[in-house]
Amino acid sequence: MIEVTNLHKGFGDVKVLKGINATFHPGKTSLIIGQSGSGKTVFLKSLIGLHEPEQGSISFDGNINTDFTENQKQQWRQEIGMVFQGSALFDSQTVEENVMFPLKMFTSKSQEEMLARVNVVLKRVNLENSNHKLPAELSGGMQKRVAIARAIVMNPKYLFCDEPNSGLDPQTAIVIDNLIQEITKEYKITTVINTHDMNSVMEIGEKIIFLKEGKKAWEGSSEEIFKTDNEVVVDFVYSSNLFKKVREAYLKETK
Amino acid sequence: MNYLEHIGKYFIMLGRVFKKPQRTKVFYSAILKEIEDLGVKSLGIIMFISFFIGGVIALQTALNLESPFIPKSLIGFAAKRSIILEFAPTFCSIILAGKVGSYITSSIGTMRVTEQIDALEVMGINSLNHLVLPKIIATVSFYPFLISLGMFLGILGGWVAGVLSGLFSGIDYIEGIQTDFNPFLLTYAIIKTLIFAFIIATVPSYHGYYVKGGSIAVGRASTQSVVWTTILIVIANYFLTQMLLT
Repeated sequence: MIEVTNLHKGFGDVKVLKGINATFHPGKTSLIIGQSGSGKTVFLKSLIGLHEPEQGSISFDGNINTDFTENQKQQWRQEIGMVFQGSALFDSQTVEENVMFPLKMFTSKSQEEMLARVNVVLKRVNLENSNHKLPAELSGGMQKRVAIARAIVMNPKYLFCDEPNSGLDPQTAIVIDNLIQEITKEYKITTVINTHDMNSVMEIGEKIIFLKEGKKAWEGSSEEIFKTDNEVVVDFVYSSNLFKKVREAYLKETK
Repeated sequence: MNYLEHIGKYFIMLGRVFKKPQRTKVFYSAILKEIEDLGVKSLGIIMFISFFIGGVIALQTALNLESPFIPKSLIGFAAKRSIILEFAPTFCSIILAGKVGSYITSSIGTMRVTEQIDALEVMGINSLNHLVLPKIIATVSFYPFLISLGMFLGILGGWVAGVLSGLFSGIDYIEGIQTDFNPFLLTYAIIKTLIFAFIIATVPSYHGYYVKGGSIAVGRASTQSVVWTTILIVIANYFLTQMLLT
């Protein structure tokens, strides 16, 4: 479980996060939504330790990450899987080398054992027979799947995804969403996703946190997001006519 | 950001670079890859330029020594001195600063803007140690060979130019090369090369690692890194010459 308490973060005079409180549970997919510039990426980067909080704390299963010693930090980092917005695959390495990289760095497994594990996770993300391809030879969706495979190869306890659907067509986006949700359930991972994609919100959002100007403006589930009267959430989520109609139909049906 | 801040940040970066590698096996294979990328792939340009510049140095010396009282062997002597003292270590290092420096900045800079460095950090890898230390070891260990090859080919180029042009004989040239040979000059050239190799690996890495923005920022950082690497090589050359030869 991840607990965020009164998290503040700024850069110079610009205050980006202004006292966020949140809890993320194992086996659940939590989504962070909000307009561009609302602080989603800074929030996610604070969770994974790339930004140090100015105030407040983030605890992982009761342990505050800023209190970790170097060794504990090292251990904690190996429990984290991260899928970056642009996949962040090492472009000079093949798919197999990319996925094998964390195993090479942090385990003493033999080459055969590592290869076996790589093949298991590549199969899990439906990406067999691409071991020797370079990232540049893959489509955006395939790159995302390699990034997911790399993120889960060490059996992480926490999975973070920064806009995993950006740049993908709607069908592929759904495939990626479902894959993340299945993996979350299967391995009981605490998953936190930053997204702009309203399909994701409706499909896999077990818990949704809406950020506005660095503050938590709303929190609830995908069911609750249909019913909410919170104006800022309604304005943001139902800004398109399609989603407005979907909401109206949902409300009519549930009345 | 002012110059002092950059200097401070550069030394803080070096502090993070010089840590014990996390996985020795991965580290050794990274060194071999960097030797290939930063050294072996520069062999062609260094060989080509050294040979022709050596020829030009010998021809220019011959053309400017018109007095019959000056022995022709002086051409070989002057060419040898110019090539060993300055051309091979300094001029070749400046060429490498352009070729290798821009490659290092753009590759690390691209890793930064595409979040590959963030990915390394999230995994718990000291990205500076992982990316920069193999480059330093590769350049510092390989460039002395590269520069020595440049010296040999430069002197050979001078001999070939003389023989082909008829401005001086091969025998005079070889006599000049053998005259007053001081082995310390080679030591001096190698010391300079080692310092320049360190600059070529670290200054472009600094520019690439701390780049902010997108592809234009990476391009701008590459240009800046070549300029600053060249400036630092020239300044270091001046001080090393004063310290070692005066």
